[in-house]
Amino acid sequence: MSDAHTAKAHGETVDEDKRDFIYIATGAAAAAGVAALAWPLVAQMGKAADTLAAGSIEIDVSKVAEGQQLKMLWRGKPVFVRHRTPKEIAEAEGTDISKCPDPQTDNERLIAKPDGQLDPRYLVMIGVCTHFGCIPVGEAGEFDGWYCPCHGSHYDTSGRIRKGPAPKNMEIPDYKYISDTVIKVG
Amino acid sequence: MSGHPSTYEPKYGATKWMDQRLPIIRMGADFMTYPSPRNLNYWYAFGAILTMCLASQIITGIILAMHYVPHVDHAFDSVQRIRRDVPYGWLLQPMHAVGASMFFFAVYIHMFRGLYYGSYKAPREVLWIIGCLIYLVMMATGFLGYTLPWGQMSFWGATVITGFFGAVPVVGESLQQWLLGGYAVDNATLNRFFALHFLLPFVIAALVGLHVWALHHAGQNNPIGVTEKTKADTLSFHPYYTVKDGFAVVVFMLVFAFFVFYQPDALGHADNYIQADAMKTPPHIVPEWYFLPFYAILRAVPDKLAGILLMIGAIAVLFVLPWLDTSKVRSMRFRPVAKWFFVIFLFFCFILGWCGAETPDNIAIKFGMKDVLDDNGAVIGEEAWGLNFTWLSRIATFYYFAYFLLILPVLGLVEKPKDRPESITKSVLGDKAHAAAG
Repeated sequence: MSDAHTAKAHGETVDEDKRDFIYIATGAAAAAGVAALAWPLVAQMGKAADTLAAGSIEIDVSKVAEGQQLKMLWRGKPVFVRHRTPKEIAEAEGTDISKCPDPQTDNERLIAKPDGQLDPRYLVMIGVCTHFGCIPVGEAGEFDGWYCPCHGSHYDTSGRIRKGPAPKNMEIPDYKYISDTVIKVG
Repeated sequence: MSGHPSTYEPKYGATKWMDQRLPIIRMGADFMTYPSPRNLNYWYAFGAILTMCLASQIITGIILAMHYVPHVDHAFDSVQRIRRDVPYGWLLQPMHAVGASMFFFAVYIHMFRGLYYGSYKAPREVLWIIGCLIYLVMMATGFLGYTLPWGQMSFWGATVITGFFGAVPVVGESLQQWLLGGYAVDNATLNRFFALHFLLPFVIAALVGLHVWALHHAGQNNPIGVTEKTKADTLSFHPYYTVKDGFAVVVFMLVFAFFVFYQPDALGHADNYIQADAMKTPPHIVPEWYFLPFYAILRAVPDKLAGILLMIGAIAVLFVLPWLDTSKVRSMRFRPVAKWFFVIFLFFCFILGWCGAETPDNIAIKFGMKDVLDDNGAVIGEEAWGLNFTWLSRIATFYYFAYFLLILPVLGLVEKPKDRPESITKSVLGDKAHAAAG
């Protein structure tokens, strides 16, 4: 410090390269430090390990009687397991999907058993309206499926959106048959 | 924070000593003697009323935080415990809950006041924008706070509002789950909402500081919108406006007290006394009354993303208002045409609030009765027909945006304003002004 002052006092030149080096090195270290710290600050808001771990449930679909719906909580959201009546299955399969906002055939909304067969009786889906996340009411609405009371979305007997503000069909969760009657969700 | 030359003279040794080191007494003294226009009416008292509301919310809020438990298993019960078991909890909890409504009630009057008297026009654009920011942070704080009692409306309101983020293309779902800290609204969500609800009021307080600074720097607007020219046009803030504001605050507190003591739950929703249940949606989700107009705008559009964008636009348009209104005349007192469009705007804001509270498919305005036919065409009864709430909210939404984007820009160019008084003094005293000014 005193050397620099003395040097300046004697009219000598300042070592600009040395200054630039200190500016750039300090600036670079600060920028890298801020970036390295910013990520943990952002990432901590995401799903914690225990939330991710509590991820799967098993359901015996044979316990659901015809015309009945089972509601299970999975990842904080309800999963619907509906044992559909023959009339509901016929309606779901007979729909002209070209007019649907989110076209999907009924078979595309089912998952095959270990033997490769589809069982159209059991419809498994996340019972959450794709509009703003309310839980639709069963056996209601203009298409005999589900009706969301929040903003008036109508779903058919396959859980497809048919009328109202919701943009998509009710989501089919990631599940598989682990036996002829038991499914594992998640 | 004061824009006028300081007239403070420290009298004592201690105050002189302090003035040379940190002129904080000077700042306070200059604040109290701030020259304010002499013609401010009671609509101008809502700034002071809002300051009182913010202080009340912060004080009662910190106390509630000492007793509240931000956990999904205990939150609902802890609020009940505050109301039943905590000493004076029966008073402090409703003061906070009712206080939120009172805060919004006052801020809406304050905003409409600004709209009517043109308080957003040069040189007060930044003052207005800071005010819009305060309103935005207030909305966030109000929403976060409403989640905390963990009732059915808390839970489902939080689900619907955080669902907005899910509408963002591509990253929506990830963004939403990042905000929630899980797959759905749960304990992680409640915890962070509590932390943010505690933080944001202090952000508001800081913004209020900037708001007052901008107010004192640009100078206060007044009911005639004519800038003060002489000393005779102004009065010292104290005692003239401390007393006037104080009186208004007392009257406002009577209304506040009526709700706290006699109707503590009237402004809330009964369903929020049912504990949050992730498996059951209430049949009719409605936000708190102060969000109803925006909720109506959201529902006016049959498309999710478009509805959200329109709702955001309804607030965003306020930020650019200073550049949308082309009229040079501030106060609507001298804008004979704009005044009536403003009245209609006010009317449609109420209509939007009404629409937000009702079921979209219900009939709002009945035109008459019509026959109900069965499949064979036989008359089996009759039902009302007319304008439903969806269409009423569409009309009101259209006017809301037309007012800002069409009416104000065009009207400023074609309207012939009335003659304005030469000065504030002249408008107050008429021909006696000369004597007073001399």
